[in-house]
Amino acid sequence: MIELENAAYSYGGGELLSDISLRLQPGSFHFLTGPSGSGKTTLLKLCYGALIPTAGHVRLFDTDVRALDRDDIALARRRIGVVHQDCQFLDHLTLADNIALPLTVSGRDTINEVANLRELTSWVGLKSRADALPPELSGGERQRAALARAVIMSPDVILADEPTGNVDWEMSQRLLQLLLELNRMGKTIMIATHDLALIRAAKSHVQARVLRISNRRLQLAGADL
Amino acid sequence: MKARLIAILGALSALLAGDKQADRVVPPTGFTAWLTLFSAGAMAFLAVFSMALSLATDRLADRWGEELARSSTLRISAPEGQLQAQTDAALRVLETTPGVASARALTLQEQQELLEPWFGPDLPIERLPIPRLIEIIETNQGFDTEGLRLRLTAEVPGAVLDDHTRWRRPLVRAASRLRLLGWMSLLLIGGTMAAMITLAANAALSANAQIISVLRLVGATDGYIAQAFVRRFTLRGLIGAAVGTVLGCLAILLLPSTDVAGGFLTGLGFQGWHWLWPLLIPVLAAVVAFGATQLAARGTLRNMA
Repeated sequence: MIELENAAYSYGGGELLSDISLRLQPGSFHFLTGPSGSGKTTLLKLCYGALIPTAGHVRLFDTDVRALDRDDIALARRRIGVVHQDCQFLDHLTLADNIALPLTVSGRDTINEVANLRELTSWVGLKSRADALPPELSGGERQRAALARAVIMSPDVILADEPTGNVDWEMSQRLLQLLLELNRMGKTIMIATHDLALIRAAKSHVQARVLRISNRRLQLAGADL
Repeated sequence: MKARLIAILGALSALLAGDKQADRVVPPTGFTAWLTLFSAGAMAFLAVFSMALSLATDRLADRWGEELARSSTLRISAPEGQLQAQTDAALRVLETTPGVASARALTLQEQQELLEPWFGPDLPIERLPIPRLIEIIETNQGFDTEGLRLRLTAEVPGAVLDDHTRWRRPLVRAASRLRLLGWMSLLLIGGTMAAMITLAANAALSANAQIISVLRLVGATDGYIAQAFVRRFTLRGLIGAAVGTVLGCLAILLLPSTDVAGGFLTGLGFQGWHWLWPLLIPVLAAVVAFGATQLAARGTLRNMA
């Protein structure tokens, strides 16, 4: 689905990531870990076409990103749900509208999806907050809403960047449960996190591969976790 | 060409019918919206006057062209007693000149009427040595002025040929220059409007950069994002220009009527079906706004991640 082959990325002052090779197989569950600033977010951005590798290849659904034009990238993003680190909502729209935004911009009739939307909102436990504006939400509510928005298009892949970054342990467990549930429904999941406890908690439920960025390279982390 | 025009008009009307959801995704901007409306209105108001000016000079040039194009005057000054003989001789010459459709000596009565504004109705014209005037109407081909002058000096020494083309030409040239200026003003007004809308659209796009990047992240195509802006600015251009056009037409209607004062200035306005011309202004404004915003949005979006 998403494939990196010897991909490298440099922001100008030396390479941040070098020689990264990775294949996200359908239904797989990956954790991406590493110290802050090691390039986790950059690697995720390579995976949803927000960045073009400075060397090597990234293939989204079997097409090299360099061969994709802007509209192709937009269409690919409809198949990749992303939970951004800072959530990225439109503050003038209600929570429900924000969750439905991917449907709106892809021209789908949101009226037909109302039931779907309501189900999803209650699945992430935000039914009572549907009419709230994003600035009125707590950190945990924002993270759950971001997850709901990431999955509303029923994407093949879900990429989450520090989804439990600013929520308490109980809330991060709830988010993890949601992601595990999505994985059981056959979605490919990759979570960038430096929360090792979260990874341990997940490992008891799912066959998860843990990737670590260290020294600009991607390594498969061992059983030490 | 026609099919393309229909396609563009179709796209425009679909755009104006609009996608309410897309419209909501980008928050409305109160203040700049009014500025755009105002500029479009002001430009349309000016455009009405340029258009009126162009059409009025057009009419003027035509009228001068037609009325003066094929007439000349022959003036005969001769001592008492020879005047009638010379007039007859001149008429004979004119009758045999190719290119002269008709030639006619003005009657004393007509000459008196011509002089009346200067000397009053009581001038005893028959007792004064006033030259005789002959009005010459040319055929379409016109006559050879120099040749006619030569023949006249030989046969009618007291005749002076007044060729109206001499003073008509600069007037017609001035009128067509004025008309050109009018159309050029229209072009400049259109260009200025495009520039203003481009600036306003760019400002709106940068003000909404954050929103645009979120929309891109959730899979919006550039076309979808551009449409939200294009629709708004096209509507503003259309509505602003419509109001400006109506006000401009009203201002022209309220000008003093031509019949009373006569002359060029009061002839400024639209006549008959020319009143349909201003209807084009809002449509053109909408097209200009559409094109300008489309270009601005596509350009800005290309430079965003």
